[in-house]
Amino acid sequence: MNEPVEKLTENQPRRLPRWVVGLAFFILLAFLVLIAWGLRRAQQGPIVIGQKVPYFTLHTFEGEQIKTADLLGKVVVLNFWASWCKPCEQEAADLQRAYEFYAPSGQVVFLGVDWVDTEPEALGYLDQFNITYPNGPDLRTKISQIFRTTGVPETYFIDPEGNLAYVKKGPFLSINEIMAVIDPLIP
Amino acid sequence: MKKNRWIWITLLLSLAAVVMSVRPAEAQTPFPPVSDDEVNAVAKEMYCPVCENIPLDVCPTQACAQWRELIRLKLSEGWSEGQIKEYFANQYGDRVLEEPPRRGLHWLVYILPPTFFIIGLVIVWRVFRTSRKGAALPGAPVETISPAEESDVLRRIEEDLQRRERDS
Repeated sequence: MNEPVEKLTENQPRRLPRWVVGLAFFILLAFLVLIAWGLRRAQQGPIVIGQKVPYFTLHTFEGEQIKTADLLGKVVVLNFWASWCKPCEQEAADLQRAYEFYAPSGQVVFLGVDWVDTEPEALGYLDQFNITYPNGPDLRTKISQIFRTTGVPETYFIDPEGNLAYVKKGPFLSINEIMAVIDPLIP
Repeated sequence: MKKNRWIWITLLLSLAAVVMSVRPAEAQTPFPPVSDDEVNAVAKEMYCPVCENIPLDVCPTQACAQWRELIRLKLSEGWSEGQIKEYFANQYGDRVLEEPPRRGLHWLVYILPPTFFIIGLVIVWRVFRTSRKGAALPGAPVETISPAEESDVLRRIEEDLQRRERDS
């Protein structure tokens, strides 16, 4: 009958340990920094004309490593292509002829970047069009991400100072079109 | 004698026919055949960057067809599914994989959701527990009192009620 009842006492809310609160804030802050970094990276636009092109390394199909940092002082013609790309076939012969034209001077370097392609077909393509300038796969699509390419073919011309000088989206229609871009860049 | 000669000629021709019928078949299948189902079992867990958001097994482009043929080639060479996926990730980046690989920052994908889920559960549990105590005696923790104290409380409540009735 006379059961104990409950009595009011002072309200003392329990608090989390300080290290738990600190850790929670740290995790939240780190997460926000990560999101901010990702958004900044995603919103970065392509390299614009006149802007310095970040250095990268092309691993050729022959196993050679070509570092663009070593190519300062030369005009670099960087062509993105793929064996499954029909418009790329249109310009393949002209690019090779342009390469052969400038090769003796040693002032122009042609590099082919094989984008999202399979190696057997890529090698077949190079063989079919007798392409002899250095070509290699875009490993992990790192090079195309630098330029934020939107497809193939795309060709980027880098001046001797390492700045982006010209961008061609789509195939070249003639060797003259290629030479018209290269000639003014040669020091 | 003539009969024996004809038997030998017939045997030799038969042997030649058998050899000729077998050799081209050997030349056409240097690797054990790999079925489309085996190729698609690997391809369906991958994506081609050319045609985004379309699994590789149903992607209709030539680039994807080439990728599937490469998977077939690797399978015929005895590569495992894991090795093939690793090869494609190294060649074309991690984004070709349906499931992010368990390395580097990708670990966050696997760690953060369950961590936040557990933190959420703890918060809900604490709020629920506090609200239950609050429902018993709002806004305060409680402790038991003796029967003597209880009768005193009841007496004071009675007096208070009577006073209120008189005042009204």
